[in-house]
Amino acid sequence: MPAALLIPAGLGLLFLVLPLAGLLIRAPWTTLPERLTEPGALTALRLSVQTATLATALCLLLGVPLAWVLARVEFPGRRLVRALVTVPLVLPPVVGGVALLLVFGRRGLLGGWLDSTFGVTLPFTTTGVVLAEAFVAMPFLVIAVEGALRAADHRFEEAAATLGASRWTTFTHVTLPLVAPGLAAGAVLCWARALGEFGATITFAGNYPGRTQTMPLAVYLALETDLESAIVLSLVLLVVSVGILVALRDRWMTTA
Amino acid sequence: MSDRLLDARLVVDRGVFRLDVPLRVAPGEVVALLGPNGAGKTTALRALAGLHPLTDGHVTLDDVDLDRPATGGWVPTERRSIGVVFQDYLLFPHLSALDNVAFGPRRHGVERRAARATALEWLGRVGLDAQAQRRPRQLSGGQAQRVALARALAVAPSLLLLDEPLAALDARTRLDTRAELHRHLSAHAGATVLVTHDPLDALALADRLVIVEGGRVVQEGDGPSVTARPRTDYVARLVGLNLYRGRADGHGVRVSPELTLTVADRLDGEAFVAFRPAAVALHPARPEGSPRNTWAGTVAGVQRHGDNVRVQLDGPIGVAADVTPAAAAQLRLIPGQRVWVAVKATETHAYPATG
Amino acid sequence: MNAGTAGRMNARTAGRMNARTAGRIDARTAGRIDARGRRTAVAVLVAAGLAVTGLAVTGCSAGDGRATGSGGDGRVTGPVTVFAAASLTESFTRIGKDFEAANPGSRVTLNVAGSSALANQITQGAPADVFASAAPANMATVVEAGDADGTPSVFARNQLVIAVPGGNPKAVVGLADLTNPGVKVALCASQVPCGAAARTALDAAGVALTPVTLERDVKGALAKVKLGEVDAALVYRTDTRVASADVTGVEFPESARAVNDYPIVALKNAPNPDGARAFVAYVRSAPAQAVLAEAGFQAP
Repeated sequence: MPAALLIPAGLGLLFLVLPLAGLLIRAPWTTLPERLTEPGALTALRLSVQTATLATALCLLLGVPLAWVLARVEFPGRRLVRALVTVPLVLPPVVGGVALLLVFGRRGLLGGWLDSTFGVTLPFTTTGVVLAEAFVAMPFLVIAVEGALRAADHRFEEAAATLGASRWTTFTHVTLPLVAPGLAAGAVLCWARALGEFGATITFAGNYPGRTQTMPLAVYLALETDLESAIVLSLVLLVVSVGILVALRDRWMTTA
Repeated sequence: MSDRLLDARLVVDRGVFRLDVPLRVAPGEVVALLGPNGAGKTTALRALAGLHPLTDGHVTLDDVDLDRPATGGWVPTERRSIGVVFQDYLLFPHLSALDNVAFGPRRHGVERRAARATALEWLGRVGLDAQAQRRPRQLSGGQAQRVALARALAVAPSLLLLDEPLAALDARTRLDTRAELHRHLSAHAGATVLVTHDPLDALALADRLVIVEGGRVVQEGDGPSVTARPRTDYVARLVGLNLYRGRADGHGVRVSPELTLTVADRLDGEAFVAFRPAAVALHPARPEGSPRNTWAGTVAGVQRHGDNVRVQLDGPIGVAADVTPAAAAQLRLIPGQRVWVAVKATETHAYPATG
Repeated sequence: MNAGTAGRMNARTAGRMNARTAGRIDARTAGRIDARGRRTAVAVLVAAGLAVTGLAVTGCSAGDGRATGSGGDGRVTGPVTVFAAASLTESFTRIGKDFEAANPGSRVTLNVAGSSALANQITQGAPADVFASAAPANMATVVEAGDADGTPSVFARNQLVIAVPGGNPKAVVGLADLTNPGVKVALCASQVPCGAAARTALDAAGVALTPVTLERDVKGALAKVKLGEVDAALVYRTDTRVASADVTGVEFPESARAVNDYPIVALKNAPNPDGARAFVAYVRSAPAQAVLAEAGFQAP
């Protein structure tokens, strides 16, 4: 095996794992149990998992059709649309949060109308958290699914048509099963990104325990006063996310 | 119902390439579109299936216009009464063989249980009921081909389309599958259009051959007439004949300025002359006696051809000759060697180039 | 180009950048330093983070080989690295410029962030000369870690005001108005000084207030007012001074019960100890106090 690849590969792994080791080394193991059972921590964790899951569902609902259009439909400006889809990837999340406020906020383009027509306000609500997370995480899903769709042989869709399948049936019965591994990978990435979301959430949805304070926000504020608490909360977030990712991977990705 | 279940004129313009193929197929008839790669066969098949729109012409199946650009008539693929066997089968990898075959009936409104029963029956007909629960990747090439056929036939299509149905199989499987495919095609009540570049497949499976070259039909007819009277070099090569076009004047056909071939048939005007390579004799010196066509040629290439040796010769006309290895050794056939070429008039077959 | 010109030019450039982008830079970039600096908890990375973000960093690093310390005439030279609370950004940029003018050859490098982030960076070994904190608690962290050179002294005080959008649409005149129906209020989280002060003031006034959000710092609370997402926020008086016309500060009497002290100290491991002491002394001098007063701070 070539050292030219192995050495940087090892360095890359170290670079990713060492900070994690730092967290583990500095963790206050003796006081861990009581810190874990603090009600605030569990509330934030539950909210995080709920909002990340809802955000992933929203991303699937909107992102999969978007990926399909990008992969399968020829239209002028498609490259531009594809570039626009990736904007939340490069936008600092805090700016994303401000942008969301400018649209869905009280004085926003749509927010004012939503408020006056339906009495719906999004900032400072759990729905706002879901929106902020979905905004930041959706590109991961769209890019993964579009890639899977492009890699999938579209002649299977033609074969389905010759057997009498409408485009919608083809999409649900043939296309989606064909891209299931890519879809699962995209959803997992999307969920993980949503779980760790901080900047857009605190900017758009604010921070209030039980309503909008997700785990990363709790970690951030814990850092203000208590480094050890912050480390514990980070470890909890880490363990939960890694646990769920491993479980999903076993269930989805190995059968695909 | 007319005697033409399928009536089509397939015109597809694709920049420099233009396909223009008239096609009529009767119920129960199997027509093979035969031609070299790039002739437009697959485009024709896709146009019939509605996977590629016509530029002009029409596709009429059972007196219904499926595609007629002039009137805007269009029936999308999923609502055409067709079944397609694709070259690499395109069995859905996430479904079992049974569910692949049941897919079509389900889409045509058959309830799940009934669709599966139909599918199992079809799998039985192709001898694969034992493999019903297998995924496509667990099937051999020949089995996958039969599942694909069952899947296409399970919707009882008026028009069955097959794209190179045997091309993906190895030689041995091909022989068995070809015989079985012939049985199913004969049993199919609808029209069948088969696309292939293999003359053996076409001859074995089809009632009628439509030879397509460069987007146009160059010859059409049943197997024996096409093989006996090839009209293009492509067909002649397919059936292994030397073919020349010239001007006939009684028993002579002038195939090049220096050479007029004497033929057994009597005819006038534009004509083809065909003869088998085995009918060509080679001599070290000008042979005596008549009635013989003789001319001087130069060996251009020598290669084994079955039990014999096939010699390519230049001269007033290019010609292929099959000789025994012993004769080849005796004549010391090496490229550049000059020899005399002889063909008996009785070994030739001449026929008009028109009509 | 001599050292004095270079220093002045750097300070001027930094000042211009801060004046133009003050609100956004503070709320966003300072926050990012916060997070990054603390999560890594490694001094080297803290220093690298400062260099990469380039936030208000002027002059050269200490390793440029120039002499540092006192000049022959008692004035200091070389770089002076000041870790200052985010609310001091504008004042300390001006004070730093004035200090450089008074001490040719010196260059003031500002690192602004939340006080607790700065305290963590210092205890993790960040190379700083001076620490100016917005809260005694964060200063205590540094003193307890043994990183202070001498006793910290309070050089300024800050009071809370109620920040409302320009024109005060909800007619807020006191803390009690914040509980009116339909009035959305942003506070700082109790973990940061402005949140703790707000809690003290509200308790003193006997006002039971449920905010819609507990912001991570005072700039975040102010931003929510500016964007119109909340009707009021409790912020420092100094913040409303620099927040431009779309935000007005409403004074309220209970703020006197929650005055925030700003302590400053020279640091034990200062790369430039003379510069550190000179800068601390300068901040307590009349010209610097005038700059602070102009920004809305009260004298200790």
